[in-house]
Amino acid sequence: MKQDLQCTTIDENCEYSLRELCNLCKVHAQFVQDLIDEGIVSPHGQHPGEWKFAAIEIKRIQVSIRLQTDLRINLPGTALALELLEEIEQLRRSKSRLEQLYALDKKS
Amino acid sequence: MEFKDYYTTLCIDRDATQDEVKRAYRKLARKYHPDINKEDSAEQRFNEIGEAYEVLQDVEKRAAYNKFGKDWKAGQDFKPPPDWDSGFEFNGGGYTETDASQFSDFFESLFGAQGGAGQQGPFAGQHSRYSNKGQDLHAKIMIQLEDSYRGSKQSFNLQRPAVDDTGHVITRPHTLQVTIPKGIMEGQQIRLSGQGAPGMGAAENGDLFLEVAFAKHAYFIPDARDIMLTLPITPWEAALGASVPVPTLGGTVELKIPPNSQTGKKLRLKRRGLYSQKLSGDQYVTLAIMVPKAKNDKDRELFNTMKEAMPFNPRSHLGV
Repeated sequence: MKQDLQCTTIDENCEYSLRELCNLCKVHAQFVQDLIDEGIVSPHGQHPGEWKFAAIEIKRIQVSIRLQTDLRINLPGTALALELLEEIEQLRRSKSRLEQLYALDKKS
Repeated sequence: MEFKDYYTTLCIDRDATQDEVKRAYRKLARKYHPDINKEDSAEQRFNEIGEAYEVLQDVEKRAAYNKFGKDWKAGQDFKPPPDWDSGFEFNGGGYTETDASQFSDFFESLFGAQGGAGQQGPFAGQHSRYSNKGQDLHAKIMIQLEDSYRGSKQSFNLQRPAVDDTGHVITRPHTLQVTIPKGIMEGQQIRLSGQGAPGMGAAENGDLFLEVAFAKHAYFIPDARDIMLTLPITPWEAALGASVPVPTLGGTVELKIPPNSQTGKKLRLKRRGLYSQKLSGDQYVTLAIMVPKAKNDKDRELFNTMKEAMPFNPRSHLGV
């Protein structure tokens, strides 16, 4: 079955207004406001009307929803979990680079 | 159909209390949540845990399930007896928020799919914050680094929930042709509008979000759009400087190694990483000096000559 698929890559070229963000993530503006107050999401711009959200925020909102629903984590807990997850990701990358260096010893 | 041992799934005894069931579920759900656990099998495990909890947290369902006794072993071929659930009533209450569309055939044959939180997507029991629009679905796709470097078109097989003629939610295998844009990074998402769960009645379908993950490469390690590579070099290349071939995603290039380089020195190949229309990454090459083995007298003599001619203490900073 051939289908015409409407694919959008959510990358750094994308920027979203509060309304677009709410539509995309299917959340109310208040939920986004709560995430902003907790420091989970940071828009550019002074007022809600001018707010622009980077693509990375979409994923942070989605992961926040899942962590809150699936694991009943509250907002501060979600913020902490997200920070730790990002740190783990960094550490994993450093680890694989070091592993690559030490693996050379076995290859020689 | 395979018999599922829900007690084993939750790592509890058959006589565990309801509190123990709850604790075991919560602990495992945290451990295997696909946003937290990066193992490939995490999502499947998370769904299994959710399914087991769905049954065992509900006293009625648990009692019905327990009727099978200890004789069944996980994985055994299983068919429920025709009258197995007589005397039990499942009225749709007591279902958790777990995503029922990901439950097994085994679960469905016993408890039906209709009672579950039907309109929910893979690995997230999201609240329906909007009217009756179909739920957004999320899935991970594994691609090669080269797919992002060159851009590609690929088919992915996904399980998608759909509503059958009787109004039940079922999952159907679904093949999607997806364009992988040049320069996509790990963790970025591709949104396919209208490819999510079906809406109720005339309402719109939800969207499908595909999150990109890179398959492990033999030697390149991606960091956003940058590519990291550890490059082995000889001691004389390190000491004298040299121009050496280096693999990049776009093919082999020559890299100038400055004289007196050490292991750990990082060199940058500008714009040799992943690139999109507007942004491009670099390749970072970390040098690693490999010392040839002294295999014979001549080799040993050469090293000895160096030892005599070039006194060198690499441990001076250790005070020895």
